[in-house]
Amino acid sequence: MHTQYKKKSKLKSTWVRFKKNRLALFGLCMLIALILVAIFANFIVSYDTAITQVMADRLQTPNAQHIFGTDQLGRDMFARIIYGARTSLFVGLLTIIIALTFGSIIGAVAGYYGGKIDNVIMRFVDVLMAIPSMLLAISVVAALGTGLVNIVIAMSVSQIPRFARIVRSSILSIKGQEFIEAAKACGSSDARIIFKHIIPNAIGPIIVQATLAMGTMILTVSSLSFVGLGIEPPSPEWGSMLAEGKDKMRYFPHLVTIPGLAIITAVLSLNLMGDGLRDALDPRLKN
Amino acid sequence: MADKLLEIKDLSVEYHTDDGTVYAVNGLDLTVEKGQVLGLVGETGAGKTTMALSILRLLPERIGKITKGDIYLDGIDIVHCSEADMKLIRGNKASMIFQDPMTSLNPILTVGDQIAEVLELHNRDQSKEEIQKRVDEMLSLVGISPERKNDYPHQFSGGMKQRVVIAIALACTPELLLADEPTTALDVTIQDQVLHMMRELKEKLDSAMILITHDLGVVANNCDSVAIMYAGEIIEYGRVEDIFESENRHPYTVGLFNSIPDLTQKTKRLKPIEGLMPDPSNLPSGCTFHDRCPHCMEQCKTMKPLAVTSGTHMVRCHLFEKSGKDTVV
Amino acid sequence: MNAPLIETRNLKKYFKTPRGNLHAVDGVNLSIQRGQTLGVVGESGCGKSTLGRSILRLIEPSGGEVLYNGEDILKWDKSHMRELRKHMQLIFQDPYASLNPRMTVSEIISEPIKVCRTLTNQKDINDKVFELMETVGLAERFVNTYPHELDGGRRQRIGVARALALDPEFIVCDEPVSALDVSIQAQILNLMMDLQEARGLTYMFITHDLSVVKHISNEIAVMYLGQCVERAPSDELFNNPLHPYTKALLDAIPVPNLKHRGKERVAIHGEVTSPIDPKPGCRFAGRCPYAKPECTAENLRLEEVNEGHFVSCVLY
Repeated sequence: MHTQYKKKSKLKSTWVRFKKNRLALFGLCMLIALILVAIFANFIVSYDTAITQVMADRLQTPNAQHIFGTDQLGRDMFARIIYGARTSLFVGLLTIIIALTFGSIIGAVAGYYGGKIDNVIMRFVDVLMAIPSMLLAISVVAALGTGLVNIVIAMSVSQIPRFARIVRSSILSIKGQEFIEAAKACGSSDARIIFKHIIPNAIGPIIVQATLAMGTMILTVSSLSFVGLGIEPPSPEWGSMLAEGKDKMRYFPHLVTIPGLAIITAVLSLNLMGDGLRDALDPRLKN
Repeated sequence: MADKLLEIKDLSVEYHTDDGTVYAVNGLDLTVEKGQVLGLVGETGAGKTTMALSILRLLPERIGKITKGDIYLDGIDIVHCSEADMKLIRGNKASMIFQDPMTSLNPILTVGDQIAEVLELHNRDQSKEEIQKRVDEMLSLVGISPERKNDYPHQFSGGMKQRVVIAIALACTPELLLADEPTTALDVTIQDQVLHMMRELKEKLDSAMILITHDLGVVANNCDSVAIMYAGEIIEYGRVEDIFESENRHPYTVGLFNSIPDLTQKTKRLKPIEGLMPDPSNLPSGCTFHDRCPHCMEQCKTMKPLAVTSGTHMVRCHLFEKSGKDTVV
Repeated sequence: MNAPLIETRNLKKYFKTPRGNLHAVDGVNLSIQRGQTLGVVGESGCGKSTLGRSILRLIEPSGGEVLYNGEDILKWDKSHMRELRKHMQLIFQDPYASLNPRMTVSEIISEPIKVCRTLTNQKDINDKVFELMETVGLAERFVNTYPHELDGGRRQRIGVARALALDPEFIVCDEPVSALDVSIQAQILNLMMDLQEARGLTYMFITHDLSVVKHISNEIAVMYLGQCVERAPSDELFNNPLHPYTKALLDAIPVPNLKHRGKERVAIHGEVTSPIDPKPGCRFAGRCPYAKPECTAENLRLEEVNEGHFVSCVLY
């Protein structure tokens, strides 16, 4: 009978390294706070408050009743920021999940099989990548119309090339390593090699890119809303809040600074966390 | 009486990593005379590369630190001098050759440019023509046609890349050359050619050299003196004859010789040294070799052995302390 | 006279490059008897690694035959080959790159067993893993550690244990000790010799280090640019090297002995010529101190000069 020896968790050692990076930890905390706020929005403030227009209360600077003030239609800014978090984070996450899934499949097939398949697939990807993502998003929305679903489609498509390339290059660099040859030497099937040997080793850079890309997505959603192609009013969205407030920016800066700060907070927290994650997953890169 | 070019006294170097402190070099003493070739022998983890990097103050910035000791290069206090002074020394008074020629050269500069770079840094008053002339000289010296000076590193084979690296290192005729396993990555026939060339160059330029290697054969053919390094300290030192032929050698040295397959003898099994090099973040007490030593005594476990010198031969081992040798240092 | 376990006849492997055909392995004839070791020696670019992998069909040969127990395995189909994999395994050179960094020691060692389904009960598999670890000298406590937590010597032992997992008869060892320190090399070489004695294993031991191969080999083949230039029993090759390249290789080895210090030798000059579309004749002629016009006239073959000693050189 042999003694039971415990496995040292890779997750645990990654977390230990991550914790040491104070900025990354800060980013993570901010992100968790934002996520909690988005999930439990109803418990903080009601949705009605976010959309109800009270003309008598309009354009109030931050005060005791309205912590972030009110906008030009008398809606409580605090409530709109809270519900805006929901939109931004939700759209960002969904977009990345879709782009990641499709991009990974495309990139994996191209990378593993190489040759003509690789060539054809990557040329499609190159074409997609040549179009600036904002323009791509705008054209898709212009064609399909606004609305949450169409925006998500538009943004996902623009991000697929990024993930296809990352996954493909990860697979290319791992494919040539000797332990893959060793797997072939004992007769492993292609599927087993891809799922058991290659993908677990490629996950690091993919996760990092995903977190960083989410920040970009939040900015893109806001930008789309800013130009009027994004989320329809009266749904609160940080970008549309910026658009609506910019005319009155001179005398009522809070209309613009507060949504602006919200966007900055979200994107910054994702970036800090993503950087910290990259350093923690591959400590060799740090020095 | 030969002049001392390099003097290292009681050097200690630590690496502060996320996983703890690594005691790479611990109380190291070493002397190199002008024109001498010293072979520094040790296995992975002994601290040889760390020592070489310390001499040129090239330790990784936030992690590596010289915590104790002195290094004097031709009288200059290396540990305490300014970075500006160090820049004048590197490539000029002392140069280094690294182990892997594949990664030592900049892939986007021609070999001629890379040799010219070091010349320009240390000879600001020379004209472009003079520098180019010297580049041609260096290339010929290492056996590469000067016509190839506009070729890129990837157009050369491993052995030729290493020659270029040597040309760069010797361009300013340094007094001290640190060669960190310069031929380990090369094929044996190419290794032979390159070492032969280095021997000739050394004669011509009268440089001193610290040749870091794990190959005792290379040491036998190329070195005047030998230092054996283990767990961050020099445990044995002497002239080649002392290390290869003396009766009184450190058990680790004896173990190293026994591990090498001997081509002239018909032995069935090799006699490796038991165990592994100690973890430099967790060194054993007393003599760092005691847990692998076939002659380990009680005192070896708790007391650090002193250096026992007999003529040109120094050993750090309790075995030799009592046997009436000369001065205990 | 027993039939050899492994035999190659005119084995070829060419790679297509933009500049022409790269003759990595060019007409190699070898045979290895059961329970013996063939050392294959040569410098970088001689094709020895490609040779080892071609025999195992990890790389598909371009021509020739590979006989296992008298049958040409190059003609076998995929399922037949899968069966064969249990009998022929490979130990890799790099103890860092040849192990999946995300798998534990026990997962790495048991992987071949799971793929080939030689055992299906998890408890049986675990027992086998412990048994293999003990055989190669890996302490039990490492069973759930990851490769990066261990040193080179221990990692190489994992590689050996993995190669033994399917109880193979024939193991190709591709520079298994080159990346290790001298004292660890000695430990691993001893281990491999012990295993050979205990299990009757047959080895093809590929290396560039002649001193290592002498100890472990019964017969040695010297390769240069894809061809075998000399083949002889181990002692015979060292005592009586015939081919100029073999002599140069032996001369170039730095001997840890002061007697040879300062002795000048006939050194070979220049670099290895290109293996792409090579010209006929001896490929070493350009660097050989004894080269004659006949050397490049036509292709040479291995001729038996003494008993068991083969050379391909016009001098003989």
